[in-house]
Formats: sequence, C-alpha cells, structure tokens
Amino acid sequence: MAMTVKTVSRPSRGLLEQIYIWEVVRGLGITFRHFFVNLTRHILALIGLPGKPGAATIQYPDVPAVLGARARTRHRLLRREDGAPRCTSCLLCETICPARCIRITAEESPDVMVEKRAKTFDIDLGMCVFCGHCVEACPVDAIRMDVDFVELASYSRADMILDMDELLKPS
Amino acid sequence: MILLAWTALKVGFALSFGLGLAGLLGWVERKQSAVLQDRIGANRADIFGFRILGLFHPIADALKLISKEDFAASQVRQPFHALAPMISLGCCMLCLAALPFGANFQAWESPVGLVYVLALLGLGAHGVVMAGYASGSNYGLLGGLRGVAQMVAYEVCLAAILAGPMFLYGTLDLAQAVRAQAGLWGMFSQPLAFLLFLVAGMAASKRIPFDLPEGESEIVGYHVEYSGMKFGMFMMSDFIENIVVAGLGTALFLGGWQVPFVHLSGTMGEAAMVASFCAKTCALLFLLMQVRWTLPRLRFDQLLDLGWKNILPLALINFLATVWGVWLWR
Ligand code: SF4
Ligand code: SF4
Repeated sequence: MAMTVKTVSRPSRGLLEQIYIWEVVRGLGITFRHFFVNLTRHILALIGLPGKPGAATIQYPDVPAVLGARARTRHRLLRREDGAPRCTSCLLCETICPARCIRITAEESPDVMVEKRAKTFDIDLGMCVFCGHCVEACPVDAIRMDVDFVELASYSRADMILDMDELLKPS
Repeated sequence: MILLAWTALKVGFALSFGLGLAGLLGWVERKQSAVLQDRIGANRADIFGFRILGLFHPIADALKLISKEDFAASQVRQPFHALAPMISLGCCMLCLAALPFGANFQAWESPVGLVYVLALLGLGAHGVVMAGYASGSNYGLLGGLRGVAQMVAYEVCLAAILAGPMFLYGTLDLAQAVRAQAGLWGMFSQPLAFLLFLVAGMAASKRIPFDLPEGESEIVGYHVEYSGMKFGMFMMSDFIENIVVAGLGTALFLGGWQVPFVHLSGTMGEAAMVASFCAKTCALLFLLMQVRWTLPRLRFDQLLDLGWKNILPLALINFLATVWGVWLWR
C-alpha cells in the first residue's frame, strides 16, 4: 500500500508581517473592537436597555453555577428495597479507583442472601478525581454520582472524607 | 507671598496629578483589560455596600500595602535595599516638575527641561539595578541586570529620537517646544519620531511588551525581595514613569496644552489648557495600556536588537533628514 504524503507548506511571513507595525495595528484593532463593543454593552445594560451581556463572567456565589449535563460530582450509596445499603463490599470500586481514595471494611451480613456488607465506607473527596470509574465498576449498582452539586468544600482535609452515613444521605 | 503660593499650587498640581493618576491607573489597568477580554474585573471591594465599578480597589490595595509587614530577608544588603525604591520613586516624581501643563502652569520652567527629564529617567535605572543587587537573590540580580541593559539602550534611543523634533522646534525647553507646535503638531511633522518614541517610551518605562526586568513568568524581577509599601513604591514609580512618558509625548508630539483652532487666554484659558494637556496625556496612556494588553512579551535578545539595530539607526536617519529638511527650507 502506497503511503500518502501530504506536503504542508511552511507558513511564510511576507514583508508586511516582518515590518511588524501593520500587525501591531491589526492586533490593536482587535483589542479596541472588543473594548468598545463590550463597553457599549455594559453601558446599555447599566441604563437598563436590552442587549447581549458585555462579559462572559458568571458571578458564581450570587448566580448559581452552570454545570454541564454530563457532569458527575458527589458520590451517593444506594439502598435496596428493604432499606439496607446495596453495597456487597466486593471492593471492586476500591480496586479500580485511580486516586485510591475509597476505604471499605467488610463484615458479615445478617441477610443470608447476601454474603457480605460494608461496615465502613469512606470516600476522600479531597483526593477523588471524579473519574466515575467506581460507578462503572460496581456490579450491583450500589454507588452513583450526583449531578448539579458543586459545593464540595470544607475548612479541613478531614472534613472532605465522607463516611457511610453521609454517603447514604442524598446531597 | 503670592508668588510662593502660586509656585506651591503648580508643584502641588503636578505631584497630585502624577500620584493620583498613578493610583487610578491600577484600576484602569484592571478594568480595561477586563472589558477587552470579555470579563467584568475586580468589583468586590465595597464601602457600605457601594461598589462603584470597583473604584475602591486601589484604596484597598494601598491600605493592604501600607499595613503589610515590611519584611527584608536576612541576605539583603542594607541600606541599599531600603534606598532602591526611594531612588526609583524619587526620580520619576521629579520628572513631573518639568511637564508643561499650561502656558504659565509648569512647576519648573527650564531651558533644558527635556534633558532634565531624560536624565532623571536614566537615573531611575539606578533604583532598578540597586534593588536587584541589594536583594541578594539571583532572580533579583537578573532582573536588575536586564533592567539596566534595557533602560540604557532605550534612553540612548529616546535621546536620538527626540533630537529630530527638538531640532525642528529649535529648543530643549518643553514649554517652548509646545509653542513651536502652534501651526502643526509634532505627530504630523515628525511621524516617524512619534512612532519610535512610543516604542522607546514604553521600553524605557518597562511596560509589556518590554517588561523583561520584571517578567513574572520567568524571573519575577528586580523587586522579588520586596514586600509591602516598598514594593508599592516600585509599582508607583512604574506608573508614574508611564505618566511621564505620556506627558512627554503630549508635550512634544500632541501639541501640549493647545486645542486645535481655539485661541486660549486668560485664567479660564489657562484652566482649559491644563485640562487639554491632562486629557491628551490620558488618551496617550490609554493607548499605551491597550498595547500592553495586545502584544506578548519580547525575548531579551529581540528587545536589544530592536533597540540598538532598528530604532537607533532609524532615529538617526530621522534626525539627519530633519536637519537636511530644515537646512533646505531655511
Ligand atoms: S470517581 Fe474515580 S477517583 Fe473518585 S472515588 Fe470513584 S473511582 Fe475513585
Ligand atoms: S463496587 Fe459496589 S458493591 Fe463493590 S464495594 Fe464498591 S460500592 Fe460496594
């Protein structure tokens, strides 16, 4: 099979680009255009006239943040119909987690149909990279991640670790 | 007594123009860059809930800088460490004295006003190199060395560029130079010199794209070991240097205090002259700031090449052409 070769010519600079002055003027033209267009929009908004906004800024705490429809954030553990956590403590999520931020200890389950259950289940959200692998790995659909929740912050690293009780509560 | 008060008024005006505008420029720089980058910019500082477009931010900055600990690391060399910001700020503040705000409103009328300003701008380089040396830090030293190489190169260029227009006006007195532009502003009679002056002026005042001495992303710069108001003084002197360059450009190329097609006289005329001069200076400053947000930083060899190999020869050619033109015309 013959290889196809595509020749790409090097971008060359003409005299006008090399003198540089014209290019500076063009660059200034762009920034001046942005400046005056945005300034006009800001002034229109200030005196209450309709129009496009002059800035793309989202003033976050005042205005709610917009997350993408596919964004997945805080983890949640799901329950079975009888209210017990679905997790069977198989440790698949702990194994696959690239950030190694899941810690599970298992115990025997009183339910004879279920072999094991989680005694403790901690996720350190300070280390989590929100890859979603844990959700993919779970064979019994016990762990999911919530949408539209960004207020994951605290004043200490210890507070970033969610234990089983917190994970069972929806955010 | 009246003479003294009048002098005090002129000096006070020049100083408050420079210092006040320097404080305001921090706000202008933030807001201008924000608007042209489709952002809002700093707007959270408030007094009793009033924000007035973030105008309180310069006040907050000043308060922060003044109340911050005046820290000096153990390796700094005193007294040079403390002296450097004073030299920097002092030199540029002295430059303000020679700016001709109005026909009779110049803090210091001198037949060698231009030489005085250029000399003080050159002296300002001492503050930079002293800060770099006294820091006892390699980054600071690098910044100081860069600063002094750049400033010397561009002071030479500045003098060579201004030789042309000054020959045309036949004076070194800034007020006389303004009067000599009564018929035709310098930017039209000396367009090449005006262009070169803008470039060299920006470089002499260490503005982006020529901010090599303080390039934050590579060496932080000559003031890396400074904190609090000493750092603030370097910031101030940068802004005031800007104002001086813009004022110089106004006086030498934009017709100074003159308003086209209007003859100003009397007290009201004097006030109008001062207003016109300040407005032109601000317009030039706006252009300089816009350039700062448009162009990326040069490499250091490019910077020196531009100064010594391009601007200096062009400036000398412009000077010779001016001399020749004036000789033919006479
Ligand atoms: S989202 Fe990724 S990093 Fe976070 S807990 Fe699950 S597997 Fe670990
Ligand atoms: S993969 Fe599912 S069932 Fe297994 S330990 Fe994790 S959450 Fe529990």
